[in-house]
Amino acid sequence: MLKKTVLNAAHRAMNARMVDFGGWDMPVNYGSQIEEHHAVRKDCGMFDVSHMCPVDVVGPDCRPFLSRLVANDVAKLKVAGKALYAAMLNDAGGVIDDLIIYFLTDTRFRIVVNAGTADKDLAWMQAKVAEWKLDVSITQRRDGADNLAIIAVQGPNARARVWQVLPRVKAASEGLKAFFAAEVDQYFIASTGYTGEDGYEIMLPAAEAETVWNQLNAAGVAPCGLGARDTLRLEAGMNLYGQDMDEAVSPLDAGLAWTVSLNTERDFVGKAALLANGQQKQFLGLILLDKGVLRGHQKVMTAHGDGEITSGSFSPTLQQSIALARLPLGVQVGDEVEVDIRGKALKAKVSKPVFARNGKAVI
Amino acid sequence: MSNVLANLKYTASHEWMLLNADGTVTVGITDHAQEALGDLVFVELPEVGAHFAAEKEIAVVESVKAAADVYAPIAGTVTEVNQTAADAPESVNQDAYAAWLFKLTPDNVADLDQMLDAAAYQAVADAA
Repeated sequence: MLKKTVLNAAHRAMNARMVDFGGWDMPVNYGSQIEEHHAVRKDCGMFDVSHMCPVDVVGPDCRPFLSRLVANDVAKLKVAGKALYAAMLNDAGGVIDDLIIYFLTDTRFRIVVNAGTADKDLAWMQAKVAEWKLDVSITQRRDGADNLAIIAVQGPNARARVWQVLPRVKAASEGLKAFFAAEVDQYFIASTGYTGEDGYEIMLPAAEAETVWNQLNAAGVAPCGLGARDTLRLEAGMNLYGQDMDEAVSPLDAGLAWTVSLNTERDFVGKAALLANGQQKQFLGLILLDKGVLRGHQKVMTAHGDGEITSGSFSPTLQQSIALARLPLGVQVGDEVEVDIRGKALKAKVSKPVFARNGKAVI
Repeated sequence: MSNVLANLKYTASHEWMLLNADGTVTVGITDHAQEALGDLVFVELPEVGAHFAAEKEIAVVESVKAAADVYAPIAGTVTEVNQTAADAPESVNQDAYAAWLFKLTPDNVADLDQMLDAAAYQAVADAA
């Protein structure tokens, strides 16, 4: 039995094509994935991401807990509302999950974790609270009473459309720089996203989600499926858990070194392993020069040895195939490499792992 | 709801076939297949003159979402490919029955009799 978000009926009413996405019955598109992709780059689109799991972390020991729990340093969170992208590691330095931590007060933080990893994440967090004997409560907000839905509204016109539908959140949210959040009653408005565009991720009481979803649609916001979400994040060079990294991959090999804070006294789970192993691979982009489509798990042949594509697809913005890949050290941006696609060696160019943001190509 | 044409033959792997007056068979993917794949962005066609056994991989269609093999519905030799479909993969989304992929000269034209008719294929598509 597939799990459903509170917006399931709304998706079906909008003729969504539904798929089994890690045990969740989710919309992959509402007709054309490419049109939905362009809507977000050029105007505004919305995604139901209520399968992701908000987790409230409350108590006097929030900071010591989070400081040890993740590889990024919550000491960077100095201003209320600020958000931090971080990887939660195991003892071997592999990535249990990537997540966003929102700082609300010194005794109240909110974390949003991935859908497929939520259960293991919660178990891991609870175990660490007990092991470290800290005074912190961990409460998931996805299921049961008091649960939240999440609607991501993304694109250059996203903010204006959100204020049109939810005028009472405008005052609190209009000044938000990227990667902040504001609370207005039960509404949590975050200037975060997974598309490389401006916009908000809105957490709201699940019971109100369908009304807001339909009002956003009536205001001209295109419903977008997980298909467009994937090509948008790929163009923006944002990692997808389970593809670009997992428990067997170090964040240093997955392009996440910028989220790992190693240069302080602070200890965190996985730090010793990261220091012992160092960086083994580099995480770069590929642009296919021949015709075809790059896909995850394809082999990349370089002058410095073989690498592997972790995510690949067709870029609607660039009109050619792009990929994120884990490549041997020594490979340089601009190098020409070959990718094994069904036994043929096709030519690709190595790029920085960011292809398009804010409406345009950045390659 | 996907479209199934009465005058064509079908496979359970979502290819359609049309027997032409010259004895060749035109092959494409069904409307149901293009709808399931989503926006197509790449079509790889076989070489003219190549021979394929039935159910062998003969072409590839890729959408933004996934790559899918196209199988030779019956044994035969490729006589012609539709370069327009390769140049404009979205044409398959627009009309999967107009945007054919390739033509075969069948080894045995009677093989077509073993293929699904429209009603049988409709049942396959509805169950998918």
